[in-house]
Amino acid sequence: MLLELTPDQEVFREATARFLADRVPPDVIRRLRDDPAGFPSGYWSAGAELGWTSLLTREEHGGGSISGSPLVDLSILAHEFGARAAPGPLAAANVVALALSAWGGDAHAETLDAVLSGMSLATCALGEPGVPGEPAGVTVQVRADGGGVVLDGTARPVESAARAAHILVTARVAGTAGFAQVLVPADAAGMTVTPMRSADLTRRFGVVQFEGVRLPAAAVVGEFGEVGEQVERQFQAALALSCAESVGAMQTAFDLTVKWAFERYSFGRPLASYQELKHRFADMKMWLEASHAITDRATAAVDAGAPEAAELVSAAKAYIGDYGAELVQDCVQIHGGIGMTFEHDLHFYLRRVTLNRALHGNPASHRARVTGIFENLKELA
Amino acid sequence: MSTSDAAGSAISDAAGSAISTADATRTGAAAGESVEDFRARARVWIRANLRPLEVHEEVGILRVTRTDEEELAAAARERKVQRMLFDNGLAGICFPPEYGGLGLTRAHQLAFNEEIEGYEYPQRIQVPTLTPCAAVLLEFGTEEQKLAHIPAMLKGEEIWMQFLSEPSSGSDVAAALTSAVRDGDDWLLNGSKIWTTGAWWSDWALCLARTNWDVPKHRGLTVFILPLTAHGVDVQRIEMLNGLKEFCQEFMTDVRVPDSDRIGAVDDGWTVGTRWMFHERMASNSPYVTSPGTSAHHRIGPDWLLDIARDAGRLEDPVVRDLIGESRVLDLVGSALQPRLAAGMTTGRLSDQSAAIARLFAGITATQHMTNAFDIVGDRGAAWVEGDGAVFDVGQDFLMRQTATIGGGTTEMARNVISERVLGMPREAALDRGLAFRDVPRGARNS
Repeated sequence: MLLELTPDQEVFREATARFLADRVPPDVIRRLRDDPAGFPSGYWSAGAELGWTSLLTREEHGGGSISGSPLVDLSILAHEFGARAAPGPLAAANVVALALSAWGGDAHAETLDAVLSGMSLATCALGEPGVPGEPAGVTVQVRADGGGVVLDGTARPVESAARAAHILVTARVAGTAGFAQVLVPADAAGMTVTPMRSADLTRRFGVVQFEGVRLPAAAVVGEFGEVGEQVERQFQAALALSCAESVGAMQTAFDLTVKWAFERYSFGRPLASYQELKHRFADMKMWLEASHAITDRATAAVDAGAPEAAELVSAAKAYIGDYGAELVQDCVQIHGGIGMTFEHDLHFYLRRVTLNRALHGNPASHRARVTGIFENLKELA
Repeated sequence: MSTSDAAGSAISDAAGSAISTADATRTGAAAGESVEDFRARARVWIRANLRPLEVHEEVGILRVTRTDEEELAAAARERKVQRMLFDNGLAGICFPPEYGGLGLTRAHQLAFNEEIEGYEYPQRIQVPTLTPCAAVLLEFGTEEQKLAHIPAMLKGEEIWMQFLSEPSSGSDVAAALTSAVRDGDDWLLNGSKIWTTGAWWSDWALCLARTNWDVPKHRGLTVFILPLTAHGVDVQRIEMLNGLKEFCQEFMTDVRVPDSDRIGAVDDGWTVGTRWMFHERMASNSPYVTSPGTSAHHRIGPDWLLDIARDAGRLEDPVVRDLIGESRVLDLVGSALQPRLAAGMTTGRLSDQSAAIARLFAGITATQHMTNAFDIVGDRGAAWVEGDGAVFDVGQDFLMRQTATIGGGTTEMARNVISERVLGMPREAALDRGLAFRDVPRGARNS
């Protein structure tokens, strides 16, 4: 997270921090393990009032940022979500809000209103990292048919799929190299959602199957067959938020473990006095600061629509995927057996970095993306 | 038409001032030349007078690229370039005018760094001559000492070495065994110093010596300066595993140093030494030093890896692409980490010891780049020929990999600083604390 928040950003952060501490403290998160939704009723709409859903939308849609850099502001919330292992599809819901506000036009104004107010939950199936502008890992197909469109195929994993009222689906336009985005209502005929098991305690995922799902042309978001750039922008926003959330989780796990190292005594001395452990803490501190730094740099670049954003955000995702997991696993190691129990809080943060490492492309796939971008950059130079 | 005429005359004006007499130029600069005027003047002069570097000219890790004769010629060329800079009002940008400097600001130095990127510059005269040596003289030297040496440094006439590390003490620098014993108005120095770079063609040294053995180690040290040509100084070149012979070891036998060449008070050498090492750590960010942002092709990093992969014919290999991606990621992360740490230390949001985090990151990242480079070249890392392009000598570089985690303070020391000073963890037990230095246990080879 940024080293310096503006006073307004601090007020904004503090409101969500207090809300999360009150509504989803660690014991509640433990109990939510068996809750099909993953969060208590009223939680999401109350969060919407704190600004969880509106930052990435245009002002005429009720958006507007705290600092003038909406994604940076939202990343402060994502960091809090990670630091407290909070429930809710923060990134996915905001990606839909961004998409509907920027490319949805009038046809989706009503849905956007409901998403912003938190009355209605929305999620998305974006695909995986590929060459910027060309979504990868998309198996759902869409074809124009009569006055509407028809979807076939499977998307997985889709966050909060069973709970969401709308799913924004990226699909390949059948028989072409192009892609389209379609907003599918939960009650669309031919769409089924099968709940999945997940590494996280409160974040829920589903397999979404489309079998001849027929929708009016108005369900399309953006230009049919020409959405490479808009999906890339959504993807970048999702990645930046994922990184901010992981860094929050890393920070909490690290702080917990530093405290433990001072309090836990073995052979008459605190763990913090053993050089072997001190040096590992030094490495962890370095990974942590590096993760903060690259996340903030990448988030600012995405927010500004800078040309280097695609590479920076993939660099952040690759680095944090690797070192976030390494850091929290080492925190478990330093805790010993107690760090692997359900009663301890440490696994909340381990789950969060684990989930985020695997979602939206693992470190290797982002390294591949970085290499491609870097190579092109050098060829142009 | 008129616009281009104006631009043309501005350039010729700048060129004209650059070739005017040294004194006039330097007076003009000291009178408060703006950064942009200075930049324009520097640019014109650099392009007219200095040689552009070739791609990959300085890549690799401490490679042996010159014969002794060529090394001496290169050092001589740098002295000459330094003199040219001095004569044209471009040397000692942030040094006070009374000692030959320009008295300008860090912003002027940064502009100069940008302008000289991609051109030859007197790299051998920057560190340790201009910092930490000149910086220590400025802080602790007498007026006579400053007048005697700083202008000579800025003219390229005196290249300085740090007599700091000893064969028996690297990280534990305050455990120096070199002794200085009072003899009338002089001191007699005996002992050995090590890891001076290029001492065999250098001129002067800043030397940490022990003057009192009956007090704890930090309290019995004194700093001196001495010429490397002094009677009793024997400079030996050390051969590194790759054949490089630029690092030296000096043996001092009854070297006579006048008391007027003492820096700071007797037995107060650690006060000087603390600032000395501060200036050394800050060298890459010092206003006294010209440090062009090394162009990407001249350093161990992803650009180099890309060239290596291409010349090895393996750029399409997914494993190789993963290694390039890893290096590029680390490079981008490092370039985001440095400003975060700098900003955090300035505002106090982060510990003032956080530079150790940057040092650790730089060290382990450099070793990772080197390992990746080595893995990319395949068996050409085992044996290679001149025609192998960027692949040439990568195998030798890998043997020198740990340079990045040893030189300039080991990463182990950085980890100690981070855990103890940044995170506040208990300090390592030191068995020499409070003990008279003569009673401190020493290894058998160092007694």
